Amino acid sequence: MEVVEEKKKYINLEVVQKKMATRILLNKLVKYLFLLSTLFGLVVLAVLLYRVYIDSVGWLNLDFLRNRLSTNPDRAGIVGAIVGTVWLMIIVGPVTMFLGIGTALYLEEYAKKGRIHSFIQTNITNLAGVPSIVFGLLGLTIFVRVFGLGSSIIAGGLTMSLLVLPIVVVASQEAIRSVPQFLREASFGMGATKWQTIKHVVLPTSLPGILTGVILALSRAIGETAPLVVIGIPALLIPVPNSMFDTFTALPMQVYYWTIDSVLVDEYANLAAATIIVLLVILFIMNSIAIIIRNKFQKRY
Amino acid sequence: MSKTVNVKELIQQKDRVSKVRAIVEKMIPTVLFLLASISILTTVGIVSTLVYETFLFFKEVSIIQFFTSPELKPLSRVDPKFSILPLLTGTVLTSLVAMFVAIPIGLTTAIFLSEYASEKVRKLLKPLIEVLAGIPTIVYGFFAFTFVTPLLREFVPGLQATNALSPGIVMGIMIIPLVASLSEDAMNSVPNAMREGAMALGATKLEVTLRVVIPAAISGIIASFVLGISRAIGETMIVTIASGSTKNFTFDITQSMQTMTAYIVEVTSGDAAAGTTAYYSLYAVAFTLFIFTLLMNMFARYISRKYREVY
Repeated sequence: MEVVEEKKKYINLEVVQKKMATRILLNKLVKYLFLLSTLFGLVVLAVLLYRVYIDSVGWLNLDFLRNRLSTNPDRAGIVGAIVGTVWLMIIVGPVTMFLGIGTALYLEEYAKKGRIHSFIQTNITNLAGVPSIVFGLLGLTIFVRVFGLGSSIIAGGLTMSLLVLPIVVVASQEAIRSVPQFLREASFGMGATKWQTIKHVVLPTSLPGILTGVILALSRAIGETAPLVVIGIPALLIPVPNSMFDTFTALPMQVYYWTIDSVLVDEYANLAAATIIVLLVILFIMNSIAIIIRNKFQKRY
Repeated sequence: MSKTVNVKELIQQKDRVSKVRAIVEKMIPTVLFLLASISILTTVGIVSTLVYETFLFFKEVSIIQFFTSPELKPLSRVDPKFSILPLLTGTVLTSLVAMFVAIPIGLTTAIFLSEYASEKVRKLLKPLIEVLAGIPTIVYGFFAFTFVTPLLREFVPGLQATNALSPGIVMGIMIIPLVASLSEDAMNSVPNAMREGAMALGATKLEVTLRVVIPAAISGIIASFVLGISRAIGETMIVTIASGSTKNFTFDITQSMQTMTAYIVEVTSGDAAAGTTAYYSLYAVAFTLFIFTLLMNMFARYISRKYREVY
């Protein structure tokens, strides 16, 4: 009965076809553009590593690792800085592990989900975003001045521990959370108390995850420079430290002083580059260990 | 040959052990709570030292002068002048340069990894990009100072040996992985059904990305930008080394200028004794820095939570 009037065109086939070629071309072009931009970061990384390597060639040798600091670039070495960095790790490792695991256990196993829980959690998230230099000022005020520790290894170590604490806490929380509930229930079923369950079931199971977090935190700590500068480690020829109450220098500090002084003595830039290589090698080894632990010991349930 | 077993004694022994156990069981939560409160104490420590010393500073220097005067001469013996304006311009300019690098490259990297790359390519490229985030900032500082600045001076006439441009660019490169991985996470959480719907209507991948994926993931993407800016503002070593210590109130990025973080490094590196006005000025600057970064981090979390589309 109804007469079909003019058939309304929802799609104009001609226009679509005309535009199709450009749309597809644009899509292809943009794909390569995005790929190039992804590669840009990698190219810069390669240039950076190559550049540091070139600058360090001829300077990085056994004598450089064994010698003490010196104003004479030919005789300068970084044994003191290496010892200082190792000391820092000896303090930061146990302290963050102890505090980090404790905090994570409290949040995951004991605290009721409520105000206190979310307060501590928010607080940790906020701490993770505080610039490292502000932690340096905290260390300067509290550890160096109020506690009277001076610019010692222990003051630097405690400051660094607070700085990287959020990393360990978050990693430990994730590790503890990934322990399946049935393991806990089995332990309770055997008559174990809560603490026994944590000690014998939860912690051993989550240890690989926690250790990975601790190693990553340590590798952040030994690369950090700003808090140490603020704590007031002088640019002097510091002797190799003997105890944790001695003043010290660390690898990144040495890079810093040699870089800014390279304006005065050209060779200092080479010393800085050689120190960077040592620092990067240490970081690479630590990260490899973290990856190995994660892949090898982490069980999946 | 049997040993006599005193049942009574055994029961007593068991009682003793379980009593100790009960005490341990009760103490553990308290001990763990104390460990957890260290992180709260840290925050309290940071805020209270900053507030207290800043308060002392503003007793000596007027707050209006501090935020409006363009002159900063903290170590002048005759007439020291305190103002945060030159440091603010330094911080804002270097961060702006950094974001000019980090936002386009970080976002396109995220798009490539999440929308275009095959699973194989993604697994290869992503960890490599993350390496950029693991390099210590002091190494970037060295790179900016000894390589990027001399390179830029070939192309940019009038570029000083220390300037805002070179550390800004290097800082941007450092922030690429942050922007890329957070944006990628946001895009990955957009369900495939939406992409497939658009594709079924004949859209190309680019159109799907621009009109479906990005709008759906926009809250996470913007949060990643804000977090990137906050990182740039708080970054210390790159700018300390490569942007110099001239307290210029200028908007010219070829000039040497000091950021808030670099000022803190300069003053703590020995020149100002505790108790002097210059020493207290540290805390006023650090307090400003702390507030800036805290607000940005909270803002980033707020937008990513509030405007997240849940599917």
